[in-house]
Amino acid sequence: MADTSDLAGETDYQRVQRSPEFQDLRRRFRNFVFPMTGLFLVWYFVYVLLANYAHGFMSIRLGDSAITVGLVLGLGQFVSTFVITMLYARWANQKFDTQADALRREIEGDVL
Amino acid sequence: MSTATTAVLAATGTDVGNPVVNIAIFGAFVAVTLTIVIRVSRQNKSAADFYAGGRNFTGGQNGTAIAGDYLSAASFLGICGAIALNGYDGFLYSIGFLVAWLVALLLVAELLRNTGKFTMADVLSFRLRQRPVRMAAALATLLVVFFYLLAQMAGAGGLVALLLGIDSAAGQNLVIAVVGALMILYVLVGGMKGTTWVQIIKAVLLIAGAAVMSLWVLAEFGFSLSGVLQGAVDAAGPGGEALLEPGAQYGATAVSKLSFLSLGLALVLGTAGLPHVLMRFYTVPTGKEARRSVVWAIWLIGVFYLFTLVLGYGAGALVGPETINAAPGGVNSAAPLLAYALGGEVLLGVIAAVAFATILAVVAGLAITAAASFSHDIYANVIHKGKMKADSEVKIARWTVVVIGAIAIVGGIFAKNQNVAFLVALAFAVAASANLPTIVYSLFWKRFNTAGALWSIYGGLASCILLITLSPTVSGSETAMFPNVDFAIFPLTNPGLVSIPIGFLAGIVGTFLSKEKPHPEKFAEMEVRSLTGAGSERAVVNH
Repeated sequence: MADTSDLAGETDYQRVQRSPEFQDLRRRFRNFVFPMTGLFLVWYFVYVLLANYAHGFMSIRLGDSAITVGLVLGLGQFVSTFVITMLYARWANQKFDTQADALRREIEGDVL
Repeated sequence: MSTATTAVLAATGTDVGNPVVNIAIFGAFVAVTLTIVIRVSRQNKSAADFYAGGRNFTGGQNGTAIAGDYLSAASFLGICGAIALNGYDGFLYSIGFLVAWLVALLLVAELLRNTGKFTMADVLSFRLRQRPVRMAAALATLLVVFFYLLAQMAGAGGLVALLLGIDSAAGQNLVIAVVGALMILYVLVGGMKGTTWVQIIKAVLLIAGAAVMSLWVLAEFGFSLSGVLQGAVDAAGPGGEALLEPGAQYGATAVSKLSFLSLGLALVLGTAGLPHVLMRFYTVPTGKEARRSVVWAIWLIGVFYLFTLVLGYGAGALVGPETINAAPGGVNSAAPLLAYALGGEVLLGVIAAVAFATILAVVAGLAITAAASFSHDIYANVIHKGKMKADSEVKIARWTVVVIGAIAIVGGIFAKNQNVAFLVALAFAVAASANLPTIVYSLFWKRFNTAGALWSIYGGLASCILLITLSPTVSGSETAMFPNVDFAIFPLTNPGLVSIPIGFLAGIVGTFLSKEKPHPEKFAEMEVRSLTGAGSERAVVNH
């Protein structure tokens, strides 16, 4: 991939972009955020569609309480949002930042 | 129509609460926040100070300010009231408002902080032709801000009738003018720093107030959520069971169900495209702090919406739907009436003051966003092609704040007796249809070009405005803005279901139709900067 490009006309940012370190960082970032985005959007729309078109199911009471399936699933949206937030923050703080910071230092030291 | 409304308000009157207490507590809020704003704003010279608070806020501070910016009076009074009267369907709103933050967390916040400077347009025009893209992005920003601002100001008028016992049109106009004037003062004196502190203080008061009331409600029912819900069902009388089931508000017909689906789509995709939310990401020193801001915001906003669930059903149980419907302000009065039922006039005074503080903090954030967009995007970069001093840019921004304040006051006075609730939903729809596609494409899609950006912004914007104009929220129904005419040929009350796909598709079509040469070097710079944070705007060092 790198062999065919005109290296003389390349900017420093393009050189970094082509580097295996950056390609790895980019792949890891996308591999985390894209599936996660897909997951929470699908779960959200499943919930909205159930609330919209499955009134009977959502209205089932749990035991003799006033808590319904719909309420539990709704609270489930809160739980999943909190969980995804924590997962992402932990992944980004522990894994992503180390790699990104190393690249950043390299770029700002060399290039700018 | 306005005289009829006034007459009804005068007839029912407010017989709860003590306006003097309400005004005194609100006055104390204004005094405290103004003092803080003046103290923090001594160093407000540079553009980075004025627009981005010197980029020196911590993630925790900014996250709290984001919650203060986002939790508008509509989401406090509106959601509590919707849950009290419509039960489960009111709860659905808050879920959309919360889940939407994951889009901002995963796809937008850090990358935007790493590549932009002050506005959304900075990121959109990063690797595209500056002037047309900036112009389009600034127009979308100004429109979203205008819709949102109008809704807030009109809401302020309605709140007054409810909370201060001011029923006369002149009295309400005066309060709208006071809110507008305070907004101008906060932003002129404090810039982004001052605005941020107002939002932080307001968020703390609002969330603490909601926490106290929620615990109080739960205590009344032996700390059983099921007990609160059952209380609301019992208070509603025959058919009260429907409060626990979806469909009370949106479930009537196939069309109203589609409207709800459309709203759900606009809510979840709109937040990450709201310009006043995006601008807050520039107030922190790094992308990592931007991430931390969103994490804080998600926790605070999520916990707050859990409180509104308790408060809404609590208001249904302890105040009852009939009393709420009969009160001036109707659905919006559920939370204040609950405060009165629990803690008498002092708690009502606190909640009333918090509601006003909420409006103030939100409109201040909107004003500074609009000012930045006009002065930084349109004036400095489109008209003067970026060749002007930062000082004069800030001067223009300050004048813009005054003009926006004046527009907001006049608009608020004209809109106060109109049904403008749809404006907030419209702002979210525009943000989701015009802004989000363009942001996502420019961050992630290498092939994306100027024509694509213009197509997605203008396509999303135009389809939103056209569809809402042709919808039953504007004409042809009893609750419409113009109930006496009927040109509603689009059946849904929210345009999102159609306009969001149009915005995303237009970006693709525009990109492929254009013969613009790609700029791989600019994309490389954007991609590398966005992920590593290299070369991003630094915090201002104060000496």
